[in-house]
Order: sequence, then C-alpha cells, then structure tokens
Amino acid sequence: MTRDNDKTATPLRLQIPHPARGQHPPDQVRFISRAGEMPKPALDEKVERIALMRKQLVRVLDDDGQAVGPWVPDITTEEKLQGLRNMMLVRSFDARLLRAHRQGKISFYMQSLGEEAIACAQQRALRPGDMHFPTYRQSGLLISAGYPLVTMMNQVLSNELDPLHGRQLPVLYSAKSHGFFSISGNLATQYIQAVGWAMASALSGGTEIASAWIGEGATAESDFHAALVFASTYQAPVILNIVNNHWAISTPEDFARGASATFADRGYGFSIPALRVDGNDYLAVYAASQWAAERARTNLGPTLIEWITLRVGAHSTSDDPSVYRPPNEAESFPLGDPVERLRQHLEFIGEWDEDRHQTLQSEIDTQVAEAFAEAESHGSVKTGDVGSARTMFDDVYAELPRHLLEQRDMLGDSA
Amino acid sequence: MTAMTMIEAIRDAHLVAMERDPKVVVFGEDVGYFGGVFRCTHGLQERFGDHRCFDTPISEAGIVGAAVGMAAYGLRPCVEIQFADYMYPAYDQIVSEAARLRHRSAGDFTSPLVIRMPTGGGIYGGQTHSQSPEALFTHVAGLKTVVVSNPYDAKGLLIAAIEDDDPVIFLEPKRVYNGPFDGHHDKPIVPWSKHPLGEVPDGHYTIEIGKARVHREGTDLTVLAYGTLVHVAQAAAEEQGIDAEIIDLRTLVPLDVDAIVHSVQKTGRCLVVHEATRTSGFGAELSAIVQERCLFHLEAPIIRVCGWDTPYPHAHEWSYFPGPERVGNAMQELMKP
Repeated sequence: MTRDNDKTATPLRLQIPHPARGQHPPDQVRFISRAGEMPKPALDEKVERIALMRKQLVRVLDDDGQAVGPWVPDITTEEKLQGLRNMMLVRSFDARLLRAHRQGKISFYMQSLGEEAIACAQQRALRPGDMHFPTYRQSGLLISAGYPLVTMMNQVLSNELDPLHGRQLPVLYSAKSHGFFSISGNLATQYIQAVGWAMASALSGGTEIASAWIGEGATAESDFHAALVFASTYQAPVILNIVNNHWAISTPEDFARGASATFADRGYGFSIPALRVDGNDYLAVYAASQWAAERARTNLGPTLIEWITLRVGAHSTSDDPSVYRPPNEAESFPLGDPVERLRQHLEFIGEWDEDRHQTLQSEIDTQVAEAFAEAESHGSVKTGDVGSARTMFDDVYAELPRHLLEQRDMLGDSA
Repeated sequence: MTAMTMIEAIRDAHLVAMERDPKVVVFGEDVGYFGGVFRCTHGLQERFGDHRCFDTPISEAGIVGAAVGMAAYGLRPCVEIQFADYMYPAYDQIVSEAARLRHRSAGDFTSPLVIRMPTGGGIYGGQTHSQSPEALFTHVAGLKTVVVSNPYDAKGLLIAAIEDDDPVIFLEPKRVYNGPFDGHHDKPIVPWSKHPLGEVPDGHYTIEIGKARVHREGTDLTVLAYGTLVHVAQAAAEEQGIDAEIIDLRTLVPLDVDAIVHSVQKTGRCLVVHEATRTSGFGAELSAIVQERCLFHLEAPIIRVCGWDTPYPHAHEWSYFPGPERVGNAMQELMKP
C-alpha cells in the first residue's frame, strides 16, 4: 500500500487505546474530587459555568460517612433507610437469580452489583407519572417503585405468569404502571425515545418528565447523539443519564469516550448542562437527580449526568470477565461500595448499627426466597411451563390480521 | 368533491386528522415552516401552530425515535422522511422499536405512528432519490405498509393510517404526485384534475387498510400492481389491446389475498409488476401466494416485471424503470397460447 509520491511526508499512525486489561493493575479512576468540594449551581446557571465542573466529581459522603457540602439532599432518615433497604433488596434479588441460573432454573441473567445506588436513588427523587427509559442494569428502578418481586421473577423465569408471555429475554422488563419503559435489548434506542416522550409531555402541557438511561459504551451509538440534538434543540424536560461502569462487556470506557474527555464533556457541545457525579454515593445520586428533575420541571431543559460507578460482576451470565478484567478491581475502586457507604453514613449519624443491619439483611433474604419459591411454583422456561405458544401471534398488531390467523392455525392447537 | 393533486390530497388528510384529534403531531425535515420539499405539509404550521407541526434536525433516527417516544406517551405522530432513500438511519428505530414495541411489552406500550416517505424514480433523482424500499418493510412483523397510487386513495388511506393503532409505513410514489404518470416520460403528464381519481371528497373519510381496489376490470389476465405501476399497466394494456384486470393492492401488509385469488382464478394468467429491484422484491411474495392458491387455474407461468437488480441510475433511469413497453411485452408473452 506504500505510495511513493511524497517521500518526505510523515507516515500516518493509527492510535488504538490500550487501557489496563488482563493481569495489569487497573487504571486510576480519573478526576476524583473530595466530598463536599463541588459547588451546587443555581438551576438556571449558565451552561458555560456548569461546564467547569465536567472534569470533577459531585460527592456528598466523605470517607467517614459524613454528608458534607452544598449537595447534601434534604431527606429524612426514614428516606435514607428506605434507600438502604431498596439497594439491599436489589442485591439479594440478583444473588438469588444468579444462583437460579447456576442451578439451571433460568436461561440468562444480568445483575446490577455495585451500581445499585444510581437507579434506586433516582427513582426516589422523581415522581409517580415520570417515565424512565432504562437499560438492563436498572432493575433498582422497579424495586424502588414497589413493583412486585414475584412478577419480576415470573418474567425472568418466562413462566406461565410472565406478564410478557415469554417474549423477552430475562430482565427486559416492562412496567408502564411503575414508570418503567419496555427494555429493548438493542442498545441506545431508548435514549432518543425518552427525549420524544419528554417532548410529548411538553407539547401536551403535561407535568411529567422523562429519564433516559444508557451505559457509557453505548454512547458511541448514533441514537445517543440524535437524543442530545433533539433534547437541546427543543429543550425537552428530560434527564440524560450515562452510567459509566467502566466496562462494555470486555471493552473499557476509553473506546467510547475519546482520549482526554469525560462523558460529561459530551453535554457542553450541545449546550446541555452536564454533571459528573459519584454514582456509589446514594445521597449524591439523590441530590443530583433532584436538581436535574427540578430543572426539567421548571422548563429549564435537559440535564446530562455521568454517574461514575463500577460493574463489579460479569456483563451477563454468558460472560467470563476473568479473561479480561484486572484482578482486585472492585477492592481498589476508589468510590467503594454503594450499600456499605450508605450504611456507614447511617451509622455515623447514629441511626443504624450492626444488629439492625443483620436483622434487615435476613428479613430481605427471606422476602426474596419466599418470592422466588412462589414464582418457581409457576414453572419456568426450563420446566416447559411457559404458556401456549399460540400467544406469540398476539400483540404483533392491535388486531390479528388474516396471515397471522392462518399461521397460527398452521402451528396447531396443541402448541 | 374537489379536484386535487395527490400532494393536495395528502395535505388535506393531515388537515382533517389534525382538526379531529389534537394528539396528531406532524414533523420532519423542512416540514414545518416551509411545508415540506414536496409541499405535502404546506400551511399546517400556520394553521395549527408550531407545537403541532414543526421542523426537525437532519436526523432520521431522531425523527422516528422521538416519534416512538411520543406515541408511547399517547400522541399520534405522523412524520415525514424526506425521501425513502434517507430512511436507513431510522431503520433500527422502525424495525426493532416501532414494529415490536406492542409485542415485546405485551401491549403495555404501543407505537401508533405513521412514517410517510416519497418513493420511486423518474425525477432524475439518481440512486439516492429514487428507491422503492417497500420490501424492507413488508418483511418486518408488526408494520403495516401502504403504497398509494392516486389522490382519492391517498387521502382516505392516510387518515386511516393516522387513526390506526399500529405503526404504518406510508409510501408515496413521487412520480404520481401531480398526475397518473403512465411511464411515457416523453409525453406531457395528464393532470389529476382530468382524472376521476383526482376527485377527492371534502372532510373526513377513510379507506380500509388491507383492501385492494380493482383499477380496471378485465378477463385476459390479472396484473398485480401498486403505486405508479398501476397507471403504467393500464397504458400497456390499452396499447397492446389486452383486456387486463388491474388490481391496485394499495396495502401490501396486510394483503388483500381474496382480491388477488378472485381475479387470478377468473383470468388464469398473472403478471406482477413493481418498480423496486426484482430479487426478494414484494413481487416474489405475490408470485408465491398466487402459485400456492391458484396453481390449477393458471394457464401460463407467472411473470414478474420489476426494476433491474442494480442501483437506480441517474442518466439511464428510463432504461431502469419498468415502463409500458416492458410491461406490454410481458402481457403479450403471457397471452401466448
């Protein structure tokens, strides 16, 4: 491929990122601010000034578990305990379903380990009627909204009581009644849909806002950029969440992000105020979500938030992270564990102790075990208790057209 | 009744639908202030305000993706893709999202929306302003696909599409916007004002999605056609002196199988025509359905006349277009004893 027409020209060289993988120690997490260090801008602060924060980190909980600085949210102890309970419930739920996968009882699973605070706190900071457009790692939204655990498990088991009739992979839930949009499984498509939903609310004179969710890896998809253009142009009442858990299956964040940038940097070019927030700090997540929601509710437009967290587990039950992940990554992660940090805070303010924690833990584990026993009693895709295959023809259209009637007949009555 | 071009009929359908239902919103590239590059949304923004009809950035994925979200909220978006050739960036949103949302959520969320797009060649549009991608939609479970051939149908079908609870792909062959173009590109086009199908009822009416129309009754052979090729087939039949029965399918999914079977069993001969490329085109599906249901009535093999399996050429578009000569020759071939 060498061309000889200019021998003095510098040969071009392509850069391929080489972040730490395999047996190398993990890369440093960049731009970590001290708890309480970041100012809290007015809701209508100029985007240029908010942009100064895009390479820093909003944090509330310090190393001792004390809540410090202007971002401390005004919430009751009761609300904090609810947050702790919700996160522990997500974690216990995930542990039980992962065990079910190892036992051969379900076909597939994806857990949220290490990322529980983000979905759990944001759900509590928004209102009924608002709509989340989640990815597969925000089951905390459903659990914090009080959605029945048994119904979630029925979906994962694809059994006769699965509200989605066995059509979707496990964890791709849908629950309009609980502000949870149907999860696609194709990445990033929901991001622009959330903006459209928010535009519709504003067009209709509604009061509900939308919340869009995406992983840092999928921000490379064009739908992400379409969403930012539309959100900015029409000043849609939407929260644009980027959950940066550092891993897109085996690919580190560097490939989607660009050399020196942060994902929060993406907001500035679209004139969208953007924050970078400690995603393992329940109180910081609550406060930043509240701030963004309040901006949306007062017609100040969209807010982008990059949540820094870590995918502690595998991408899915089909993934083997031991091949590509640095050892001891979770232990050396500077933002710690979201459950432990909120627990430490509650202990710091004298509202929690080891005994109460153990009591709550066993109460939650029992609740999850009982729910799973009930769901399992309705069978699963593995036991063949999956309802009639004839239902696959329903809901393709509002009414069954002739060609589907004919094909359902070809399938036969026994299916 | 008012004499209208197909452009005026489509605009009128928007007016009627937006007047009747405040949930109908219309948007796309150049759709708002300007009224669309083909003028199909002319005056809607002035009439209904910029919350009901507005311009968008050049992002087809954004247009359709936002429409899916709006439809999930409860609105009824009717969006325009400026040329069907530009729809590919939106294809994931159409195929994986709009088409499957009802099914994957078991009816928890739905996406009742209409995606309009001009199709077909004959305007020196080259490879990027001439395509007929209907088969890329008919292959997708969950979509309805409509192709219109005249102003009367266009208005009634567009109102029906907007009122439909499923996502509808609404294809408008641009060569019949201003008249029943019959493929004779070297002759002046007959305006819709001189054609009975250019007479459009005032106010609200719908044409059922899934019902074909007998464009011309005949006994010699059946032509299965839609869009521009309906008029090409009529010209070919008249020039060849063949008493063809021409079925304007109007809707490809769901398909009016009864109308097809009834006609082919009557004539015993079947010609399938479309402007889109031949291989895996919708004509292949039509041929299969005819042989499955009418084989013992057939007196000759089914013939397909289609666009060639090449990109649509700029300078040679009339060699590409399946005009009345190619269609007429195929009719003669079919009639050989």
